[in-house]
Amino acid sequence: MKNRKKTGLYIHVPFCVRKCPYCDFYSVASSKEKLYEQYADAVIRNIKRYVRENPEIFFETVYFGGGTPSLLPVYLYEKIMSEISLYTDFERSEITIELNPGTSDEDKLRKLRSIGINRLSVGIQSAKDNELKYLGRIHDFTQAKNIINDAYSAGFENISADLMIGVREQTMESLMFSIDRLTELPLKHISAYMLKIEEGTEYFKNGMSELVPDEDLVADMYLALVEKLKEKGYFQYEISNFSRKGYESRHNLRYWHCESYIGIGPSAHSYFNNKRYEVLGNLSEFILSDCQKEIINDENPDDFFEIAMLQLRLTEGLDTKLYPRYSEKIIKRATKLEKAKLISVSDGVISMTPEGFLISNSVITELLADF
Amino acid sequence: MANDKIRNFCIIAHIDHGKSTLADRILEKTQTVAIRDMEEQLLDNMDIERERGITIKARAVKLLYKAQDGIEYTFNLIDTPGHVDFNYEVSRSLAACEGAILVVDASQGIEAQTLANTYLAIEHDLEVVPVVNKIDLPSADPERVCNEVENIIGIPAMDAPRISAKMGINIEEVLEKIVKEVPPPVGDETAPLKALIFDSYYDSYKGVIIYVRVKEGTVKTGDRIRLMATGAEFTVVEAGCMDATNHINKNILEAGEVGYIAASIKNIADTQVGDTVTSCENPCDEPLPGYRKVNPMVFSGIYPADGSKYVDLREALEKLRLNDASLSFEPETSIALGFGFRCGFLGLLHMEIIQERLEREYNLDLITTAPSVIFKINLTSGETVYIDNPTNYPDVSLIQSAEEPMVKAEILAPSEFVGNIMELCQNRRGVFKTMDYLDDTRVNIHYELPLNEIVYDFFDALKSRTRGYASFDYELIGYAPSKLVKLDILLNGDAVDALSFIVHSENAYARARKMVEKLKENIPRQMFEIPVQAAIGGKIIARETIKAMRKDVLAKCYGGDITRKKKLLEKQKEGKKRMRQLGTVEVPQEAFMSVLKLDE
Repeated sequence: MKNRKKTGLYIHVPFCVRKCPYCDFYSVASSKEKLYEQYADAVIRNIKRYVRENPEIFFETVYFGGGTPSLLPVYLYEKIMSEISLYTDFERSEITIELNPGTSDEDKLRKLRSIGINRLSVGIQSAKDNELKYLGRIHDFTQAKNIINDAYSAGFENISADLMIGVREQTMESLMFSIDRLTELPLKHISAYMLKIEEGTEYFKNGMSELVPDEDLVADMYLALVEKLKEKGYFQYEISNFSRKGYESRHNLRYWHCESYIGIGPSAHSYFNNKRYEVLGNLSEFILSDCQKEIINDENPDDFFEIAMLQLRLTEGLDTKLYPRYSEKIIKRATKLEKAKLISVSDGVISMTPEGFLISNSVITELLADF
Repeated sequence: MANDKIRNFCIIAHIDHGKSTLADRILEKTQTVAIRDMEEQLLDNMDIERERGITIKARAVKLLYKAQDGIEYTFNLIDTPGHVDFNYEVSRSLAACEGAILVVDASQGIEAQTLANTYLAIEHDLEVVPVVNKIDLPSADPERVCNEVENIIGIPAMDAPRISAKMGINIEEVLEKIVKEVPPPVGDETAPLKALIFDSYYDSYKGVIIYVRVKEGTVKTGDRIRLMATGAEFTVVEAGCMDATNHINKNILEAGEVGYIAASIKNIADTQVGDTVTSCENPCDEPLPGYRKVNPMVFSGIYPADGSKYVDLREALEKLRLNDASLSFEPETSIALGFGFRCGFLGLLHMEIIQERLEREYNLDLITTAPSVIFKINLTSGETVYIDNPTNYPDVSLIQSAEEPMVKAEILAPSEFVGNIMELCQNRRGVFKTMDYLDDTRVNIHYELPLNEIVYDFFDALKSRTRGYASFDYELIGYAPSKLVKLDILLNGDAVDALSFIVHSENAYARARKMVEKLKENIPRQMFEIPVQAAIGGKIIARETIKAMRKDVLAKCYGGDITRKKKLLEKQKEGKKRMRQLGTVEVPQEAFMSVLKLDE
């Protein structure tokens, strides 16, 4: 165990019942079992290759993301999990699957839990059905609520839910209502994303940006959410992530801490062997090739700018004492931002306030202007 | 050469009346340019000239025409700029001719520059030959236009050639008119040399090439010549004439001829347009009349958007000045914009052209400050200072009185727009002088206006209020007392020197309001709230607030796609570099540009 090379494993499951109008992740709408099988075979082929080339590897975290991972039948997860069983620890590793409330039942949840998956991330998004309709979700809130309760009784103790800020027709009241409903559920973790209308999505084409709450309201909602979640015992540890103490997502923390992870599946991203690369977003290419096609994005990652911009996303902040070359300049620039209550500085550690997180791009580019 | 076979003429017209097209047709008809080499508007060879349809620098070309009388004549066609900014250059070009073809658009009729240029031609004793162009247009009314020429200008026009330069109709008739009506040059080729410089340009191999009209005497290769205004002396290397695309060295130019001289002249400043060339050995008694130094009227600061391009900007300006002696510039520093140049221009169009050439030909990204005229300030000490830069405006307590330059403006427009025009001129502190009816539907309105009121956006405003029908011309008439104030703009409490300007006290409030509104529109929300204020001597008279930015965040984690986040942030960092950091405020280039066009 000591000499093993710890890393994370991200498996992108690129299938959806249908595409959500705001989503720009890679996925295809398909329910062909044959295709699922071919896909799982390809995942296994690629895992085999990685472990062959890196026999000392150990997956501290495993994350099935999507797409809609819960679409894939359980027997395929069995195959994948048995493939990695020698390279992870079903008890101690964090093994997450993303779940769409419209695509599972209690039976499936029990099976998933029994094969070693120990964390769920459920895309609830809102407790208001009118908002869910605008988001193009295939479930209503009652379904979502039932799934969470079912999962909990099926043995999932670590459950996360997604919540969306800035949905059409959302108001401060409806957001507070959603938070109240969500925090009544047995959740350990909540991710709250501000809706961003990405180019190329259906929302973008339909001019949704005119119809959603404006920048000022979304900002106010975010601040109110941070406050309210804290009251309910969910502490912010990253721009969009909140949890009970000790239940921070270990897989996501790997991203922010500049730690390695291997991505498998079309469009999955990796940071491994000191390179950042991504898999070509093409399902048939992935299924047909022996080895997934990986495109290098960054030959020399892990520079100070990258470390700092990631660290600043976390409430733990950036400890400038670790970077004496830059610390003096950064601390000098921080003064102005501290006065404006965008960051706080304590013992050389810079961390953003919720107000700072809201405009974190500007804060980061200001602090790290010439690095 | 027998002078009676020479005709020296130019073509004058209002912008877009077809001057350059007619020049093209004349070149074609006289076979000066083989048809296959014919490129539209051959004389205008700068890109900007072609796009804007204006002629910036005068040019000259020699043509041979076999007339109906069987005799071959030598035509020297001297192209002239049509725009008011280049009035002095027009007048020097005219002084090199005996005749002028006046081109008038058959549907537009007489316009402001038609009048201005015709009066200039008459002042120079030129034979004016009217030509009605664009008869192919459905709206053409050549009869009415000929009547206008007779009634308004007072020159016979009933037998004016009715042509279409575009379609090549009746060009022959124009050529015959030139032979019959333009008088041949007079001048004694044995007299002491007296030649007028009407244009010059810099050739990287031969040095400055001067274009001259020899009035008296002869100049030959090897002669020592003196340029009388500057006193500079040179030895002639080449003397010859120009066809449409080449220089042809003949080693001699005689009285009556138009041609070029190359004399290894290094510095374009030695060769002032309007100066007289004479011989060192046998100089003439006095120079030709009419030389004056051209003085810039409009000043503005030009800064590289990227401070590290300062040296490139200087080199570009130096190169432009080699071809344009009327451009002046000297280094200046702004707290807001860093190192740049205070540049002087003949007028607004000249300024725009220089900016455009710097950006296009030299690939520079520029920030320009609001144009200023030269104010005359009488100090309490009894001293008088001339201020072309708001930064140097003296403290109010030191000012006894202030004066600003005035122009006489002539606006020609359909009579239905008189109300709009008067409203505009009154708003710009104009003083109405007279109004003449050119015919039943068109008027010529005379106003006296402060130059400062027209340097910003007067012409654009005029066009938008008259649906583009008005034409406009102006000439400087001197200084008049005025109540001026210096308006400062403050961002987040700090004055931005590059945004200060001098304005009449009555307009200060309105201008201040517009400035702060425009800046609010054009400065993006930032991490802090930014007050935008306008002040006169410390007193705030207008204020807007740019609210603090609320949301600028990459919230989502795309399955660990860190590189995308990093690239987005690096792009944002790059974007910051293009902004000017003024104290704590980042100001984009567009914000500086937006305050130059306040009228909408």
